[in-house]
Parts: sequence; C-alpha cells; structure tokens
Amino acid sequence: MSPIQPDEMTAAKLAGLIRAPLSVRTDPRGDDGTLNPPPGQRAPLVLGDNPTFSDITDTVCGYAEKGPGKWFWPTFLLFAHVAGLMPLMILYLIITGVGTWGLNNQVDWAWDITNFVFWIGIGHAGTLISAILCLLKQKWRTSINRAAEAMTIFAVICAATFPGIHVGRAWMAWMLAPLPNYNAIWPNFKSPLLWDVFAVSTYGTVSALFWYMGMIPDLATLRDRAVLRLRRAADAAPRLPVFNVRSDMVRARFYGFLALGWRFSTRHWHRYEKAYILLAGISTPLVLSVHSIVSFDFATSILPGWHTTIFPPYFVAGAIFGGFAMVVLLLIPSRELFPGMKALITKRHLENMAKIILVTGFMVGFAYSMEFFIAWYSGNKYEQDVFVYNRVMAPFMMEWFGADRYAPYWWAYWAMIFCNVVSPQVFWLRAARQSIPVIFMVGFLVTIGMWFERFVIIVTSLHRAFLPGQWHMFYPSWVDILTFVGSIGTFLTLYMLFLRFLPQFAMAEIKAVMPAASPHKH
Amino acid sequence: MASSATKQFVTPAGKPVYGVLAQFATPADLYHAAEKVRDAGYAKWDTFAPFPVHGLDEAMGVKRTRLPLVVGLCGLSMAVIGLLFQTWVATEGYGTVVQAKPLGSWQTFIPVTFEFGVLGTAFSALFGMLIANVLPRWHHPLFSSDRFLKVSDDAFFVAIEAGDPKFDAGQVRAMFTQMGAVNVELITDDE
Repeated sequence: MSPIQPDEMTAAKLAGLIRAPLSVRTDPRGDDGTLNPPPGQRAPLVLGDNPTFSDITDTVCGYAEKGPGKWFWPTFLLFAHVAGLMPLMILYLIITGVGTWGLNNQVDWAWDITNFVFWIGIGHAGTLISAILCLLKQKWRTSINRAAEAMTIFAVICAATFPGIHVGRAWMAWMLAPLPNYNAIWPNFKSPLLWDVFAVSTYGTVSALFWYMGMIPDLATLRDRAVLRLRRAADAAPRLPVFNVRSDMVRARFYGFLALGWRFSTRHWHRYEKAYILLAGISTPLVLSVHSIVSFDFATSILPGWHTTIFPPYFVAGAIFGGFAMVVLLLIPSRELFPGMKALITKRHLENMAKIILVTGFMVGFAYSMEFFIAWYSGNKYEQDVFVYNRVMAPFMMEWFGADRYAPYWWAYWAMIFCNVVSPQVFWLRAARQSIPVIFMVGFLVTIGMWFERFVIIVTSLHRAFLPGQWHMFYPSWVDILTFVGSIGTFLTLYMLFLRFLPQFAMAEIKAVMPAASPHKH
Repeated sequence: MASSATKQFVTPAGKPVYGVLAQFATPADLYHAAEKVRDAGYAKWDTFAPFPVHGLDEAMGVKRTRLPLVVGLCGLSMAVIGLLFQTWVATEGYGTVVQAKPLGSWQTFIPVTFEFGVLGTAFSALFGMLIANVLPRWHHPLFSSDRFLKVSDDAFFVAIEAGDPKFDAGQVRAMFTQMGAVNVELITDDE
C-alpha cells in the first residue's frame, strides 16, 4: 500500500471516513474550512457534511425549480424597469439624432464608446475562467464558470449595442456586415473598426456556444427531474396559473428541447470532453485577441494618448481585472441569497479571485506607468502634454511642478488610479483577501475605476487636439447617462433571468471534481 | 443497425427489446463492470454516468475520437476562406487604397482571418460533437426507465443492446448480477 496522498486524505474526510469539522459556518468573518487547509492538503471544493452527488443536483436544480425566494420578483421588476430605459433612450436617439448625446466636434467618441469598451471588458472574465483556467486544470473554476460565462454573454450584448447606435444612422448598422451596400461598396477589411466588428461578434458567438455546450448535461438533469415528477404525480402536479399547463410539463419540454436528448453516455462524454477542450483551446487566443483588437481602434490612430504599442496587453489585463471585479460583485450577493451556495462557492474561491484581482491590478498599474515612461522616453512633446496636462495635473499640483495650467479631467484620472491601482493593494493583507465585505468593496471600486479608465483614455485624449482652438470639454447629456444606466439594468435583468431559469452551476463538472467521483476508490 | 436484432428479441407481450440495463452503485463499480463487459467481447454497449468518469472511456475501449482532426480542418479551411474572401473584396469587390499599400496586402487581413478560423473551429467543435454523437435525438428507449432518469443525478449504468451479436438477455442479466449490479432491468423499445 502506498502512503496516503494529501488529496486522498481530503477525499477521505469528505467521504466521511475521517471525521473533520467541515460544515459551513455562517459567521461572515470565520473560516469556512477552506482558507487554511493543513500544509500539503488541498482545500475541499464542495463543503458540507459528506456531500453526495444528489446534494449537488438538489441544491442547484432547486434554484431553478423552486425559485430563489420572495426577494426575487420585486428585484427583477426593479431591474427590468431600469432596463426599459435603454430601448427608450435608443428610440429617442434614433428619432432625434446623435445631437441628443453630449458629443461635439472635438469629442466625437465619449460615453458610447466608453460604455462599449467597459462592457466588452467585463465580458472577458467569463471566458478566462471557462477557457484559460480549464486548460490550466484549475478545478476551483467549476463552481464559478457557469455564472461567469452567463455574465460574459450579457455583457457582450450590452457592449454590442453601443457601436450599433453610435454609428449615427442606426438603420445603416447593417453596413458593418461583410456585404456590399447599395452602391456595391464592400466594407474595408483594412480598417481596425471592421476588425472590431468581427472580433466582438465572434466573441459573442463563441462564448454563447461554449456556454450552451457546457449547459447541455445540466439542462438534461433539469429535464429528467421534471419528467420523473410528472410520471410520479401525473394529474396532481402543480399547474401554471394562466395557461393551465403543468409547470413540470413546460420544464420537461423547455429543458428537454435544449438538452437535445443528452443521455449521459460515456461514448458521448468522450467526444464531449474533447470538444470542450477544443473550444477552451480556441477561446483562449480568442479572449486575448478580442480586447487587443478593441485596442487597435485606438492604437492605430495617430492621436497622442492612443497611439501606443502597449495598448493590446494593457487592454486585455484591464478587461480581466474588470471582469473579475464584476464576477465578485455578482457572486457575493448570490452566495448570501441562495441557500446552500456557500458550500459551492467557498471562501477559498473568493480569495482566489481576490488574488487574480490583485495580480491583474498590478498589470494595469504597470501599463499606466509604462505609458508615462514611453511618453518621456520617446521625447514626443504632444504625448507628454496629453499625459501631464490632459490627465494628471490636478489644480493643487500646479504649485509643486510650477505648471501654468491644470488638467480639466484630473479627477477622472485620479479616480481611476485610486480605484484600480490603490484599492486592490489591500489584498496583500490576508485578512482583507478573506473578508467578504472587503472583496465586495474592492470589486465595486474596480468596476468604477475600469469605467473611468476607458473614459480617461477616450475623452481626455480627444478633448484637446493639436491646436488650442479645437479644445472642448465633454459634458454628458441626460440621454448619455440614462442609456448607460439602462444598459446596467439590461445586464442585471438578463442575469436575474439566468439565475431563475438556468442551472447556475456546472453540476456535471462539480460532480466530476468531487472525491467520490474517482473510479479508483472503494 | 438495430433493426435485425429487434426482430430477434421481443418480450412475451410482443414489444421489441432494446437491451439490458444494469445499475451500479459507484463510479468505481461502474468502471470495473465496464472492464468486464469489454473483456467479455460485447460490441454494442455503453455506460452512463452523471459526469465523465475519469478513464472510463479507456476502460470501455472506446476508440479515440477523430473530432480534433475534423475541427482542425474546419478551422483551417474557414481561415483560408476568410483570407481569400477579404483578398477578393479588397482587390476585385471594392478596392480601397489604404496608406499607399497594395490593394491585396495580406497583413491587414490577419485579424479577420483569425476570427474566421475561430468561428470555424467553434462551430465544428459543437456541431461535430453533436453529429458524431447522433444528437439531437429527443426520444430514446432508455428514457422509458424511471431508474435510468436518475443518471443525470447520481446513478451509474451499463447497457448492452439487443443488437449486439453476443446478446442473450438471460446471460447478460446473470453477468450483471454477478458483477454486483444494484438493479438489472430489460428495456423495451416502445416505438
């Protein structure tokens, strides 16, 4: 007999062979048993007193079948009303014209493109978790990947709206498609703006395919449960109020249709796993390319502040940073509101995400300082001027540097630095990394900071051109503001629908990483 | 494929037999049962588990799928199509001189070529997997078993189809019982 391995020890504990206090405690400051595992042992991925496969099934399917509780529909209605602002504002924009936005001759990209880059950036964490962490065999991803992928798709939907309406005559947005227009003019494939169309639409499509494919077995689980309930209580089954249909019949049909008749065959699983790895493999360069291509929109121009080669990696790191912040913002409330979710998303998961936020926050901070270095090292006066007098120089700093003017957007720049570079530094402290309120606060600040980052890049570079006669400030109109607020509502509404009706966790994947799943155990 | 066999095996009530389904308690039991069924020389059989049990496909002797080859070819050919399409658009469809470069300068086409390749890969991976698995197939004889529907929760099964040349319901039942199956049942094809 070989000596017992650390993994097997944890496994034995989980299987109830060695009793260990592994129950989930409710004290928010306490350790739930995952934060400080004994040296040489891995923290368990699923908590609870001897969790079984059917515990996972019952918990996760319960969210979609029973509903999350009384808080759900009022919250949903609130978000849905906020979401309603978006189509209203778009309608207003289309019937009135882009003059309703705060754009002017100088600042011709502002909130629209800021929001676009903000949302598409948020979409990056999902694919990072599902693809890159999958290839790196990070098993802890299994309990957060489904929600993060859902978030990705909803963020891409919000993102894709903005360039579509920003083209001005929105009914001509179809000209972005690779088709000849009225005069047999084809789109210009040499333009980074067209690359962007392809990058974002490909990303949205592939993310949706990846998400759907991962969900097929879990949809089949929901289908089977509904069918079993129907067979057991054919007529006594509860019915939907208005339509007088048995609700399990609706579930069996809806989930059954989407599950495509998946029957958990090992021969199917064999190809499924291969296809999943292939999708993860292709999504990895894709997720890195999307924000690179978005950054080309700026980097290929000759505008000081945009024309830098560091943009692609800088944008990608920022996207992952902002995306993880949003994952944390969404998962922490879910974890509190849904019963039993604390056993699936452990404190260890949150601590891991805090670490990723810290690392990517450093990458972003490095990119900010490298921009300054290059502006100085290149000796380009215009670029130096953009950084110093368009962004950094706050009024109170004028005296220190002997400057004769200050940057009108200094507050945006320093808000970005505070949120993105300073605030994640608290994660150096173990206590902060392990404290849920702190993680939530930092996630919130980073989300704000990442919006400001795009605002700083776009507006502060544009608002002062080479000639002082062309200098203009940008002031958002109420339409600008409400469109953005509406997009937040749209995102949250779609996310709430996901929480209510789809499997929030990749059940099959979680079961596969549980110790009891090993075929070499007795 | 199954038609010749279903003629051979019918229940006393006249229903065609799909096969024999055996339930096992744990992934380990399933794994060992799969090894034994493989060694017994059956050809048309399958195992079912709520998640991909590590190494079970190898224990069953499933041949490595050629899906990666197909997906790779689809991805590459989509990338080539994308590159050719852009070159055609830029030279024949509607030429635009950008920065005094030749009309068909390929360097600027790389990002969109990449996206074409990614789309080809992603679609062929999902749909290739579904086609190779003969899905969607919303009806299947196994779904008639209430026990089998627990496969999506926490149950593990082996099924030997009546279409197998070595199939004999009594013999298969005895084999499964000997292997320690929790439950063995005959599955009929109701269609």
